[in-house]
Amino acid sequence: MTAVADVVAPDTRKAGRGLYRAGVILLCAWVIIPLYLLFVNTMSSPDTVNSFPKSFIPEFNMGSLEFFMGFQGMLRALWNSVVVALMTMVMSIAIGAPAGYALSRFDFRGKELFRLLILLTRAFPLPLLALPLAVLFIRTGLDDTAFGLALVHTTLAIPFAVLITFSLFSGIPLELEEAAWTLGCTRLTAFTKVILPLVLPGITASAIFAFVISWNEVFAAAVLTIENRTLPAFLLQTLGEAPLHLKFAGGFILVVPALIFIFAVRKYLFAMWGIANR
Amino acid sequence: MSIHSKLAGAVSGVAMLVGAFTVQAETLFWSTQARPAEEAQAMRTEVLGGFDGGVDYQPNEDGPWLTRLQAELQAGSGSIDLLGSLHGNFSAMNPDDLMDLSDLGVMSASDTFNDLAKLGTDSLHYMPWMQASYIMAANTEALQYLPEGADINALTYDQLIAWAANVEEATGQKKFGFPAGPKGLKHRFFQGYLYPSYTDGVVRTFASPEAVTAWEKFKELWSHTNPASTNFSFMQEQLLNGDAWIVFDHTSRLAQAFNERPDDFVAFPAPAGPTGRGFMPVLAGVAIPRTAPDAEGAKALLTYLMQPETQIATLKATNFFPVVEVELPDDLPPSVKAAGEAVARMSGSPDANPGLLPAGLGSMGGDFNRVYVDSFERIVLAGQPIEQVLEDQKKQLEKIMNETGAPCWAPDAPSEGACPVE
Amino acid sequence: MEARLLPYFLILPVTLFLCLFFLYPFALVAQQAFGTGNGFSLDNFREVVSYWKFPISMKNTFLLAAAVVPIQLALSLLMATMVTKMQKGRDLVLYIWTIPLGISDLAAGIIWLAIFEQSGFLNSMMVGLGVTDQPVSLLSYQTPWIVFLAIMLAEIWRATAIMLVILVAGIGLIPKEYYEAADVFGASRWKQFTRITLPLLRPSLQTALVLRVILAFEVFAVVAALGGTIFPVLMGEIYAYQFDLQNGGAAAALAIIVLIISIVFTLIIMRALRVPKGATI
Repeated sequence: MTAVADVVAPDTRKAGRGLYRAGVILLCAWVIIPLYLLFVNTMSSPDTVNSFPKSFIPEFNMGSLEFFMGFQGMLRALWNSVVVALMTMVMSIAIGAPAGYALSRFDFRGKELFRLLILLTRAFPLPLLALPLAVLFIRTGLDDTAFGLALVHTTLAIPFAVLITFSLFSGIPLELEEAAWTLGCTRLTAFTKVILPLVLPGITASAIFAFVISWNEVFAAAVLTIENRTLPAFLLQTLGEAPLHLKFAGGFILVVPALIFIFAVRKYLFAMWGIANR
Repeated sequence: MSIHSKLAGAVSGVAMLVGAFTVQAETLFWSTQARPAEEAQAMRTEVLGGFDGGVDYQPNEDGPWLTRLQAELQAGSGSIDLLGSLHGNFSAMNPDDLMDLSDLGVMSASDTFNDLAKLGTDSLHYMPWMQASYIMAANTEALQYLPEGADINALTYDQLIAWAANVEEATGQKKFGFPAGPKGLKHRFFQGYLYPSYTDGVVRTFASPEAVTAWEKFKELWSHTNPASTNFSFMQEQLLNGDAWIVFDHTSRLAQAFNERPDDFVAFPAPAGPTGRGFMPVLAGVAIPRTAPDAEGAKALLTYLMQPETQIATLKATNFFPVVEVELPDDLPPSVKAAGEAVARMSGSPDANPGLLPAGLGSMGGDFNRVYVDSFERIVLAGQPIEQVLEDQKKQLEKIMNETGAPCWAPDAPSEGACPVE
Repeated sequence: MEARLLPYFLILPVTLFLCLFFLYPFALVAQQAFGTGNGFSLDNFREVVSYWKFPISMKNTFLLAAAVVPIQLALSLLMATMVTKMQKGRDLVLYIWTIPLGISDLAAGIIWLAIFEQSGFLNSMMVGLGVTDQPVSLLSYQTPWIVFLAIMLAEIWRATAIMLVILVAGIGLIPKEYYEAADVFGASRWKQFTRITLPLLRPSLQTALVLRVILAFEVFAVVAALGGTIFPVLMGEIYAYQFDLQNGGAAAALAIIVLIISIVFTLIIMRALRVPKGATI
């Protein structure tokens, strides 16, 4: 049948394909160009950053980046950020995914209320909650620990974890699971043998969310950590009011690790089709 | 559930790893000042490096700074040893939360500052630490457009307006820059510069006919102001990239321009109006919260900060001037030289009309600033009629003054009880 | 385990966690909003609602959400279907499209300000191409529509990837057989999209839309960077109450108003895109 369509309108097909390709390239450019401009500014001397008209070609002046490399405590802050982000990732999925499964497979009393509670977590600004949380943390000794901060970031990431896993589980036909039960699987083995492999790549998506949310969170990090500062809390002041060239370099340093992380896990995320369509 | 236990194991393992990383406690200096990366770095190495005990200098934005401090006070224990911030932040606090510093044996050279630091009590609750002011700065290219007969060191508001108009006519661009952005210090311009220069008051004269004139003049100036000013918060950026040629701002928010291209910019006093050349100081202080884990260390650090050599190092690092008697050396950075001269000219001018920082407003300091910022946004940005806006805002101001009972401060004439809005 | 109790057992960890780290601090903050020291009162709500900037910031927040979210929805749907059809280079393209996910709103604000400011990249380009002979002040209070457009672009750039990732994950779960069958019957691409993709994507669409709308009401950093003082939004007002005015009660009251708006919209979206139990495909 596709062959017939090709015969009927080969020109429109070709035009369509050209349009499609142009669209992809255009959308890629749309994402990359602003980032490229950040890169140009990061690689420019202070004079160039302030000049007009601006050059669109980086001059590879490493001055601004070198300043940060010599900044006290930079590496430790980077390490802390990675640790907090990884803990957030693991915790949000470990406690979020079961709830996502429950939401997709069961009707139970209080379900709507539960869903609202999950969503409300994102609908209230964290800077207001930071004060009572900080008091709680100081009293319990969680204050100024990577684990304590990860707990707060997990709270932020949970709605994403629960809702994304919910939509993933909802997308898998119940019949598949039921078939496994009739073949002698228990609920648990059916889940681990049949469902889990299907959704694992999708879970990577919520892992990315958790990681990125934690990575970019500034306020709680600034309030709840002192000696164990994370990178964003460390660079917060820089982004706010430093001279322009350092602002750009600071922004660049914040962006790069997140990009590397997404790049590193992309194959799990993108392997999704191959598995799900089996 | 095996996955769960594995994950839990992983989490606690990572947590232990991080725990092993913590270092021994140093004196924690929790500050809202010297935030920009370069200033913070200079604070750590140039200023605090000379202190015998270790110092952990952590600058923060006001939000996290305040939240952390409040949390520690509420919890009754904490890790902050020394606080550094502006007068406004300390005056919003409960004086009992800050230790009495009267018997430390150090003090600023200014009685006015020492009085402010008592926060309405009989004893010193924070230590005046460093001071600055707001000045004007211009690109040297703008100088050729100065109106005839105008002396840049003794400008009037009318001359400033004419100057900005000349620049616009010659270049086709509005080149006056005003820090009207979200983080800009515009309220201080109205409170300490425009109002004193036109009405010889701040609170009493808020809705006076002279105030109407002042706002009219400002609107005139605004018509030659870069319309992107509502995005400007640190005028050094616009000086450097040429978006603005003539600007008003805090000395430390202009510093980078002078340090990077000292020959391209000049600093000069704020203009004068019918009632003199109004201007206002900026005062930063240090204090010890009652929850400080190491109050002795904090006191030692505080005493160290007040030493003349430390104060000079602080000046070089932050562009804030000493509050004790010091002999200024010759090797000061260009920004300090330029700002220092402009401030000296401003306070030494025959028509000087110095104002004080708002005092006695307690936690209503923010509401007080909002009265002036709102007036600006409504009159200038929204174009509402001046008289009506001032009448409207006057009610807010009266409410604040009556609630706090704050007496008048200079240049307003002294008052019995709460400062009246006339 | 008894099947009736299983769901409760599964949601228990999340519930406990959120009670401790969200509901507990939330209750304390909410208490502040409703009380001024002597019992229950709505004074804080009256105060924030009667403030002259409240209607403006409310209008701005809604306008922005209404302008940005539909475009993001369409764009992310388009991107998700495009990427699914792709034969080669899919990994790379999807990676590029998800990049903004990793960029904080602070950084995004800096990036887009560098483009739109007077001596920024956009003006450099326009002068270079001879469109204008002098840099134009783009983010001016006199041309609020340009400011609005700039904020829109920055928000679309920054926050479309969130929806994209969720939708891509959802589309991946739609069995290929449906499309193959549709091909056999000669259904056009558009028909396949409206008859297969959209209905089967409902769970993911719902999630993506709800999360995006909630986040849209909390927009702040990008708006502050580009809009300055001329485009107040609700979240900026909340911060102003909390930190500039140190009026925790008023800040909490305004935050609760935002929360209620979010709940209303969440319920509307959830009703409109109701997901049948167990996805009866």
